[in-house]
Amino acid sequence: MSGIGTGYDLSVSTFSPDGRVFQAEYAQKAVDSSGTVLGMCCADGVVLAAEKPEISKLIEEHSNRRAFPIDRHAGAVIAGVAADGRAIIDRAQAEASNYKSFYGDKIPGHVLAERVASFVHLFNLYWYVRPFGVCTLLATCDHSGPQLHMVDPSGTMHEYNATAVGKGRQAAKNELEKLKLDRMTCKEALFSAAKILHQVHDEEKAFELEVAWISADTDYVFTRVSNEEVAEAEQAAKAAIEAEDMDDD
Amino acid sequence: MGDRYHQEAAPHTGTTIVAVEYDGGVVLGADSRVSTGIYISNRASDKITPLSESVYLLRSGSAADTQAVSDYVRFFSEQHEMELQHAPKVVTVANLVKLMNYQNKHLVGAMIVAGWDSVEGGQVYGCPIGGTIVREKWTTDGSGSTFIWGYLDAEYKDGMTREEAENLVQAALALAMARDASSGGVIRIVTIDKDGARRRMVTPDEHMQMWDDIPEQPIGIHV
Repeated sequence: MSGIGTGYDLSVSTFSPDGRVFQAEYAQKAVDSSGTVLGMCCADGVVLAAEKPEISKLIEEHSNRRAFPIDRHAGAVIAGVAADGRAIIDRAQAEASNYKSFYGDKIPGHVLAERVASFVHLFNLYWYVRPFGVCTLLATCDHSGPQLHMVDPSGTMHEYNATAVGKGRQAAKNELEKLKLDRMTCKEALFSAAKILHQVHDEEKAFELEVAWISADTDYVFTRVSNEEVAEAEQAAKAAIEAEDMDDD
Repeated sequence: MGDRYHQEAAPHTGTTIVAVEYDGGVVLGADSRVSTGIYISNRASDKITPLSESVYLLRSGSAADTQAVSDYVRFFSEQHEMELQHAPKVVTVANLVKLMNYQNKHLVGAMIVAGWDSVEGGQVYGCPIGGTIVREKWTTDGSGSTFIWGYLDAEYKDGMTREEAENLVQAALALAMARDASSGGVIRIVTIDKDGARRRMVTPDEHMQMWDDIPEQPIGIHV
């Protein structure tokens, strides 16, 4: 592993001589070693999906949520340290609620993302806290259309058509680039998300797929995709992957 | 300013204010009289205040309170526009006015927020004393409004043209100003649509006159 920052990596309020903040980079490593999470903006909405590796057979299925509603028209999926992620979600929910009370309107996507980014950035400024080891993918859908934003552990925010983080992000992003998202519906995107996550998941161990979306079909309300619909998409995805493997042989 | 035994009346926008939604925008109208007790301290005041490019405020009640509210709301709106990167929605600006009224119950500001945005088109929001906010097709406030509720109830129609709406507002104001001592002066009209706001003034000689109940020749006793 490269980038050992001897002496300059003890606190987030220290720069290294070559201008890096090692603590922020280490936080990013926490995200990079977690299960893959991806988001895609389609013609009629946004889809967020998370790969949840099975840590133990004793864990109740469908527990350990990774997708959270922030407001009716907004939601998020977190990658990285789950406990850190919940703190960020709490803040995002408070921001959305306060915005609505103050401005009488739903919080726009880019404003929500900027608020979350400012919050995350705060923890990159002071020596007595550590950065969040979380990448947050924020999905919103309002009168300006579907939007996907991502906030990384350093507090940087970008808007995306589609993106992926976690273990299989490189392979996932390659697959996402091949898709024509602006011509896909969310239902088609669900199938693609299931397929990509099954393809990039390289271990023998099982994993659970959690998907959430906002689309015309959900009346633009952020909703978790039902277990049946996810199972259906996974079946179709596995079949498609097998078919492709057979073609390759 | 007077002492404990001789309180002077604070400047009071006696006022008639009206706002009406039409097909494509809103028309706002107000009289121009500000009274301090029985003295008209300003006979040509402007009670229609811009809060943002396409959202205006009609003020009635305490002149000081409503001016202060409009200054705060204009400031918050401008700040919000920086974050939003486009013009604020009418409902947002109206909500800010409501918050000022609700969180400062001592204020005496009966206000109407009206304007145009690209999401909902023309909108009128009543923001009376106390801190309510309610969207309406049309509304009126101020001391002179009591005389024209019935008129507006009868004459308002959905989907009017700009000209019909302007005539309705003008007529309503003229009627109120004829009967309310605290309303008078000139009629100010602001029309807001997708192209922004246009303002004009109707002087007393151009007002609708209602002289027909006064006989030309006096009947009976000469005084």
